[in-house]
Amino acid sequence: MTPSEITRLINTAHRNAKRKRRAKRWGRLAREIVFNGILLLGAFLSAFPFYWMFILATQNTNQIFSWPPQFTPGESLVTNYQTMLSIIPFWRNFANSLFVGITHTALALLFCSMGGYAFAMYRFPGRDWLFALLLATMMVPWIAGIVPWFILISKWLQWINRYEALIIPGAASAFGIFWMRQYVQESIPSELLDAARIDGCPEFLIFFRIVAPLLMPAFAALGIMIFINNWNAFLGPLLVMQDKSMYTLPVALALLRQDPRRGFDAGVLMLGTAMATLPMLIVFLAATRRFMAGLTLGALKG
Amino acid sequence: MGQVSATNILSPASLRRTTLWREIRRNWVAYVYISPFFILFGIFGAFPILYSFILSFQQWNGISPAQWVGFDNYFRLFQDRLFWLAMWNTVFIGVIAHIPILGGAMVLAFIINSAAVRFKHFYRSAYFLPVVTSPVAVSLIFSTLYGVRFGLINWTLVTLGLPPIDWWGGNGEWIKPAIIILFIWRWLGWNMIIYLAGLQGINPELYEVAAIDGANLRQIFFHITLPLLQPIILFTLVLSTVGAMTIFDEPYLLVGATGGTNNAGLTIAMYLYDRGFRFAHLGYASAMAYVVSAVIVFVSVLNIRFFGRSRTEA
Repeated sequence: MTPSEITRLINTAHRNAKRKRRAKRWGRLAREIVFNGILLLGAFLSAFPFYWMFILATQNTNQIFSWPPQFTPGESLVTNYQTMLSIIPFWRNFANSLFVGITHTALALLFCSMGGYAFAMYRFPGRDWLFALLLATMMVPWIAGIVPWFILISKWLQWINRYEALIIPGAASAFGIFWMRQYVQESIPSELLDAARIDGCPEFLIFFRIVAPLLMPAFAALGIMIFINNWNAFLGPLLVMQDKSMYTLPVALALLRQDPRRGFDAGVLMLGTAMATLPMLIVFLAATRRFMAGLTLGALKG
Repeated sequence: MGQVSATNILSPASLRRTTLWREIRRNWVAYVYISPFFILFGIFGAFPILYSFILSFQQWNGISPAQWVGFDNYFRLFQDRLFWLAMWNTVFIGVIAHIPILGGAMVLAFIINSAAVRFKHFYRSAYFLPVVTSPVAVSLIFSTLYGVRFGLINWTLVTLGLPPIDWWGGNGEWIKPAIIILFIWRWLGWNMIIYLAGLQGINPELYEVAAIDGANLRQIFFHITLPLLQPIILFTLVLSTVGAMTIFDEPYLLVGATGGTNNAGLTIAMYLYDRGFRFAHLGYASAMAYVVSAVIVFVSVLNIRFFGRSRTEA
């Protein structure tokens, strides 16, 4: 091989490598465009119905039925609001949802953190067996006992049209206890409890004095999940709340759709829906990171 | 001698019993702490489920005395055309909706997790918006989108030169697609977030090694990502089964309690609600609840046996 041949070979090799690199860069750019295009389209489809909800809430029936549809806000917000209030006591329903949501969440956080802490920190006889039982209850679909559940609530406890029916039954969820157990196991060292015992803290109060303050991030994450679930619940309140003034928001909205006195008024309906949805959207957007972290902690260890 | 008498008193069995008792007393705090769950589950979970079983052999309207009818409710159930229709509707909606939900969620999670995408946080939030919205609100929003004469979807179709869709009329053939589209929209994001969390738990070195070995994107996805995500896929499958088999809110709000034209949107949970709470056929509804629950548990066990096997070990 002569030296000139060698330089030629080296040069072609260089050129090929360059071409390959350029092709690779173009390939990566194309992939980036395709990927982001798909994601943007999906994000648009996810978010657009919410925009549409807010737009329709401001339009009257004429505007809604106009062709082509109007994509900008109308002027009927106030009229829609007044019509809505003539059909359902919206703010009363709102207050019901808020009260039930807050009390239920507070109670659930107490029970779930106590249970999760006990399963994580104590080695007591029957623990593993009881924990397996708790996990097994998660597999049972709610539909299995729904009929006697209603008999129990309505006949024996006399909880029809009472807040207790929506606050108490689900207050100690298996999922919540499981979730809290994961959290406590990962974040609370058992030396901390020993130190508290040596300092003379009564066993029963260790949780409340020492552990609970350390669980604040967990309370926030699990609390958001529980609250949103409670706020969105439909079948339970539909069965239990039979008086308009006791309806929670989802049940009131369903009534707004089925109101027999009027036709289907999408503007009024969307205004109610928007006002019921907005608080949850705000809560979620303000605490997305917390919420996601909480959700995935439960899923990944599951 | 004293030692002998001591062992007589504390025979191994009684010794075990006393230490067990001592252990229980020493840990009384733990039992108190876990008691709320077991008390509440006993009252509002276990008791209704057991009582439902008894009720399924009775005929009762909630007022007059209950009558013992044996397996009558079950025999009638299996001859009930609406029951089979509702079962078919539910399974059809569940299966058809979950193919794009789980498949799409996996693909989207893979895409978001890839290095080529920025603003990951934005996308996660956007895709999760439908999940935090109540099923009632979602159904109402979609009922306006589906509007036959004013709905945005029909407007889009007509603008593109296609015929508009009569969502609720005809033979009811568009009712199930309407429910399925809504279901996909609502649940894709949730599954995507779960898969994404699983993907982020995969050691990135594995991808690097695969890339050095010359594996392409498709090979990486099928030979590294999917097998490692198997437990998480199982988790979403089990939850999806329960969710799909008990779907109630969305069809109830879209097409009403009877499921619309030809009962095309009647799901099993709606039919149970209809028999149990509108017509107070409490025994009949209980029998239905037991059959549905048996199906759910059966499918979940199938899922676990089929997908729970670790392929990496085999």
